Amino acid sequence: MSGAAQTGLRYLPGVVTLELDRARCNGCGVCLQVCPHGVLVRDKPAVAIRDRDACMECGACVVNCEPGALCVTPGVGCAWAILRGWLRRSEPTCSC
Amino acid sequence: MVMAASPESLATPVGRVPRITGRLGGREAFGRLRMRLGIGRSRYRVTPGLYAIGSPSPDSPVLVTANYKLTFDTLRRDVDGIDAWILVLDTDGINVWCAAGKGRFGTEEVVTRVQQARLAELVSHRTIVLPQLAAPGVAAHDVRERTGLRVVYGPVRSRDIGAFLEARMHATEAMRRVTFSLPERAELVGVEVVEHFKIVLPVVLVLALLGSHSVWAGLVRAAPYVVALLVGTVVVPLVLPWIPVRSFALKGAVVGAPLIAISLLLPGGIASLPAAVGTVLAGTAIASYSAMNFTGSSTFTSPSGVEREMRRALPLQVGALVAGLVTLAAQGIWG
Repeated sequence: MSGAAQTGLRYLPGVVTLELDRARCNGCGVCLQVCPHGVLVRDKPAVAIRDRDACMECGACVVNCEPGALCVTPGVGCAWAILRGWLRRSEPTCSC
Repeated sequence: MVMAASPESLATPVGRVPRITGRLGGREAFGRLRMRLGIGRSRYRVTPGLYAIGSPSPDSPVLVTANYKLTFDTLRRDVDGIDAWILVLDTDGINVWCAAGKGRFGTEEVVTRVQQARLAELVSHRTIVLPQLAAPGVAAHDVRERTGLRVVYGPVRSRDIGAFLEARMHATEAMRRVTFSLPERAELVGVEVVEHFKIVLPVVLVLALLGSHSVWAGLVRAAPYVVALLVGTVVVPLVLPWIPVRSFALKGAVVGAPLIAISLLLPGGIASLPAAVGTVLAGTAIASYSAMNFTGSSTFTSPSGVEREMRRALPLQVGALVAGLVTLAAQGIWG
C-alpha cells in the first residue's frame, strides 16, 4: 500500500476490472512507472498485480503496454459523469 | 487566452520562442483563487506552443504540459531556476489528468505539437518529459514510433521535477504516487460548494420562504438543507478517510443524518416528530447525493466502483427524498 491507499483512502473492494496476461508481458516496466497507485509490482521476468483494489481504472498502464498484456474497462470514477451517461444513453463523460 | 510570457523572446534555429519566468504575481494568485471558486474555469488558458524558461540550450530538457493556465503557472513556478523548454499542448484549457482521461492530452496531440515545434531542429537529444498523469491518454511507444522521440514519464507533481532531473530523470516511488491529503482535499471544497449551492440553494430558499410566515422562520426551515449540502461538499471531503465506510454515498448519509437532526434544534425549528423525520430523510438524501458526487473530484475511485455504489444508492436517495417530502407535505409544512 502506498500513496492514497496508505492514508485510509481505499475504495470498494472486488469491483476493479484490471486483468494481466503474464504470458504476454515483456517485463518493460512502463506500467510500474505510470500507475498512480502502485497496483503493479515487478515479479521477474514479468510484472504482477499487487493490489487490484487500489486500481482506479484510469487506463494508463493499458495504454502504455506495448505487448497488450494489460486490460481494463477504463473510465472516469465520477458519479455525475456516470449519471450523465445513463441519462443520455452514451459513454460517461465528465464536464470538467 | 492569456499570454503568459514576458515580452522577451529567445532566438532559436526554429524562430523566436517566447520566454517565460517562474515568478508568479498577484494576477496569478487572483486567478488561482478564481479557479478554486469555480469562476471562469473553462476560459483560463494559455496559448499552446513552445516556451523557454531560464536560458535553455539544445541540451535542455523538454517538458510537456497542458494549456490550463493554473497547470502552466504551477509548472513554471516549480521549475523556476531550471533551464528548460516547455511545450504546451492544446488540451482545451483542461488539466493534465482530466485531459488525458478524455484523450485530449493524447498521442495525437503530442505528435502534432512536437512536429509543429520542430523539436528535432531545436534540441540535440531525443527525449521529451511528460507528466506521469498524461499516461492514460498517451501511448509512449506510439509517440516513439511516429516521432522518433523517447517519452519519459516525469513525476506526478511538478514540484518534484527538479529532483527528478537531478536524478537523471528518475522518479522515486513517492513521486509516482497520487495522494489525496487534507490540504489537497481542502483546495477542492470551494468548487464543490459553488457548484452544488448555485443549483440547490435557490430552490430550497424559495420553498422555505414561500411556506413561512416570516423570513426568519423560512431560514430556520431551510437550515437543515443547507447543512445537508455542507455535509456533502465540505464535511465529507475534509474528513473523508476517517469516515469508516467506503461508499461515498454512505459517507454522506452517516455524517449527514446526525448533523441534520442537530440543525432541527435551532430556535423556531421543526417541532412535530413526523416533520422532523421527514426533514432528516430528505436532508440525508441530499447529503448522500452530494457526497457521492465528490467521487468525481477524488483521486482514487474507479468507475466500476462508482457505478456499483450508484446502483445501490440512487434508488435509496430518491426514495428517502420522496418519502421525506411527502411526510412534510402531509404535515402542512410547506402550505
